[in-house]
Amino acid sequence: MSGEDVDEITKIVVIDSDSVLPSDAAMKIYESDVDITIKETCFGTMVTGPRDSVEKVVAEVRALDPNHVFVKQRGFPPGDERRCRASRGGGPRPGFHYLRTEVASLPIISRALDEYETYNPSEKEESPDKISPSKLKDIIESEL
Amino acid sequence: MAKIFIYPTNSLILSDLVERFGHKPLAMMEKIREKITTVGVDSPPINITPEDPKLGLKYAAVEVPAGVRGRMSIVGPQIDEAEAAIIVLDSASAFGCMGCARTNELTKFLARQKDIPRLEVKYPRTEEEGKDFVYQIAEFLKSLPNEEDEE
Repeated sequence: MSGEDVDEITKIVVIDSDSVLPSDAAMKIYESDVDITIKETCFGTMVTGPRDSVEKVVAEVRALDPNHVFVKQRGFPPGDERRCRASRGGGPRPGFHYLRTEVASLPIISRALDEYETYNPSEKEESPDKISPSKLKDIIESEL
Repeated sequence: MAKIFIYPTNSLILSDLVERFGHKPLAMMEKIREKITTVGVDSPPINITPEDPKLGLKYAAVEVPAGVRGRMSIVGPQIDEAEAAIIVLDSASAFGCMGCARTNELTKFLARQKDIPRLEVKYPRTEEEGKDFVYQIAEFLKSLPNEEDEE
């Protein structure tokens, strides 16, 4: 980390994959030859460093299982005193609940991405129209 | 690469999908990063500068709580900058840093007022809804101009 004007960003990498574990992603990041900091969390990893390096590493991790690895930027770096639980006396950090809610629906999104290329909404099964009362009456009164 | 305003503004799914399909998400996180790396912002609850509520006056009247104006000082410029918008309704947990219902209403209102391509979908709850959700967002993003070639 040389100059003060280095454009540092933090990205959250959330893994929702059967074949890639958060630890695999972390290993991939450790292997990379860039100057970044990572933190493993329960849902994935957080990567902090110069923008180019972070984007390069994140792209490598995403390539492990493209439809099952999700990435977003985070405002605060890991361990920032304004967010870190250690200095705030415990409890979930602000924003955690929203992330947890979204992580719960990631399997749906992952499978949808898997099937996106083949998905055709026009082929969806149409629900049958409601039957008219008169027709229903005819059916009831008809001889079986 | 179009600049896409997303609502909820800190959504992982939306931010990821927008990037995945080749556009730039205008998300809250980027703005927060800019703010916290700026000298003069200390710690919560003093996490806005005195200038922020003034900036928010462009989007919300002076009678509204300063919190709404403070939030709008971050969200408002993003809406101004946006070239398209994706609004996801029925968010089960719009709290945390999203936790102001009035700001959320105002955000959606301003995004709808703006004359830009807009997609409104609901959060998926089933597999089938998930497929529709991703399909609609992907097709919407693909329909937007990709200006990369022009640069």
